[in-house]
Amino acid sequence: MPKMPSERKEEQYLKEREEFFKMLPKLNRRQFLKVAMASAAVALAKNQFPPHSFQIVEAVEAKQGGGTEVKFRFAYISDTHLYERKLNERFVRAALKAVQDVNALDPQPDFVLFGGDLAQLGQPEELKLGKEILSELKPKLYMMVGEHDWYLDLGEKWIELFGQPYYSFDHKGVHFIVLNSVLVDDYWTESKMTPMERMKFMAQLDNPKGRPFTVGRGYGDVGKKQFEWLKQDLAKVSKDTPIVVFSHSPLYKYYKPWNFWTDDAEEVQALLRPFKNVTVIHGHTHQPVFNKIGNINFYGMLSTAWPWPYAPTGLPKLTIKMNRADPFDQFDGCGDGTVEVLANGKANKIYNLWSREPMKVTARYLESGGKEEVPPVPADPSF
Amino acid sequence: MLKKFFTLFLLVVVAIFLTGENDLTAIEGGKDGKKSDKKVITACDGKTQVVLNDVSKNEVMPKEKAQEVASMLLATYQQQKKYQSTKFTRRDSLIWERELKAMIEEGYKWFHDPSLGTNGISCDMCHPDATDTHPETYPKFQIQLKKVALLRDMINWCIENPMEGKPLKEDDPRLKAMEAYIIWARANQDPRPQAKTLNPGKR
Repeated sequence: MPKMPSERKEEQYLKEREEFFKMLPKLNRRQFLKVAMASAAVALAKNQFPPHSFQIVEAVEAKQGGGTEVKFRFAYISDTHLYERKLNERFVRAALKAVQDVNALDPQPDFVLFGGDLAQLGQPEELKLGKEILSELKPKLYMMVGEHDWYLDLGEKWIELFGQPYYSFDHKGVHFIVLNSVLVDDYWTESKMTPMERMKFMAQLDNPKGRPFTVGRGYGDVGKKQFEWLKQDLAKVSKDTPIVVFSHSPLYKYYKPWNFWTDDAEEVQALLRPFKNVTVIHGHTHQPVFNKIGNINFYGMLSTAWPWPYAPTGLPKLTIKMNRADPFDQFDGCGDGTVEVLANGKANKIYNLWSREPMKVTARYLESGGKEEVPPVPADPSF
Repeated sequence: MLKKFFTLFLLVVVAIFLTGENDLTAIEGGKDGKKSDKKVITACDGKTQVVLNDVSKNEVMPKEKAQEVASMLLATYQQQKKYQSTKFTRRDSLIWERELKAMIEEGYKWFHDPSLGTNGISCDMCHPDATDTHPETYPKFQIQLKKVALLRDMINWCIENPMEGKPLKEDDPRLKAMEAYIIWARANQDPRPQAKTLNPGKR
């Protein structure tokens, strides 16, 4: 599908901006100021984007060095929502595209995180297909579970294929934690739901009866056990060690009606508070979304299958909304991405949007309260 | 209904001939006029009246004129009747609410039903609570379709493309019900002011 010029202002802007950045190191200070002022004037005159997105370049330049060099990278793929291949080729195509992307990264990432919702309805065939597709990945793969993988058989098949749903590992001085953050109250026993009814109840995002996700609660004692494990796991880690937490649901409260929500988020955040550098990478929301609460930086992952609209309320203030996706382009608003872990323990996130320029969101942006290293703001509102 | 009006009409004509009254600047309303020489003709409801300025009280009108007066009286009666009928009852509003709710619920059902397509996908998967459907912006020139589209054209486009199904006929009740659901959902659940204002053509 050819792109219409009016729909791609954002890309044009991003290209212009990139050119501008490339040119900067070649300038001396006087030339730099001249160019910076001219670019701001042009931006204002065109009334296309706030002038500050060009003016930040000086701040970027000043902040180079001081631990901001990239120590290592890992990649992510998330929310593939696979059906059986014979039913739906569309999402298979998208998942394969992500695998190809990751395999083509140069240099290769140290590992790949899968962010959950491998399957659409938790079917064994869907999960097996997902495993088959992901087995094509060249780097090491770490798996996380999503609610679409879980609620047909409460994780039985997923655990058989991929192992424990929560665990931790250390990599190059960083402590990584993978959580099962999709635990909810038992809504199925009393109402005598079949496994498929339970699955479909959970799979509907706008289900008015939907239950909020938790890490440390949920049915039975599965949440309680995980929470205890998390406490003990963190007790072994020094407070200076950078921590990266993977959760399927956002580990904060965004929009309850769609379960963009973790009900005991504050309790998990409290466990992470003593640590100097904490980054949470989450799936489920299928959109560029980023947040900062206290010492924790949060980044949402893209889906390969489809983008969710931004929720009507509750969007974290630091998030810069992507333009609404073009429904005529299967891949628009979808993608995969990488995370740069810096020498100072911070992490930057790159959204590899398939039909757009990549979008980089840095820890510096979040920690400056959105004042520095501002990612490009789309020319058009999200709607 | 017709029979009722016909009976009324006959009564009026009979009244005219019996009382032998007449005129034409009709005035509606049932004020008890002061006694005058003008002919006043009252319909059988006892309220609707025609006051004839040019006919004296005891004059007998020619047939043609009497017919004209009768028609006027009937028209006045019907107009009043029509006005009164907008005072609907609680029962009426309950029925309308129930019917509207049923159509919206039918739309909700299809909006969440993958059977409109062939690959498992349903509308709500990309449009939770019908978000990002923008019913208030139609009709609009849909740049990718290269023509002016209505909301139903986009519903069908989604059924045909991402959902890989067959488009519904324009008068398919499922299509109508989904339109009803989408409009209702956006008007009630989208807090943004632009969702409350018709804005055809907006991109």
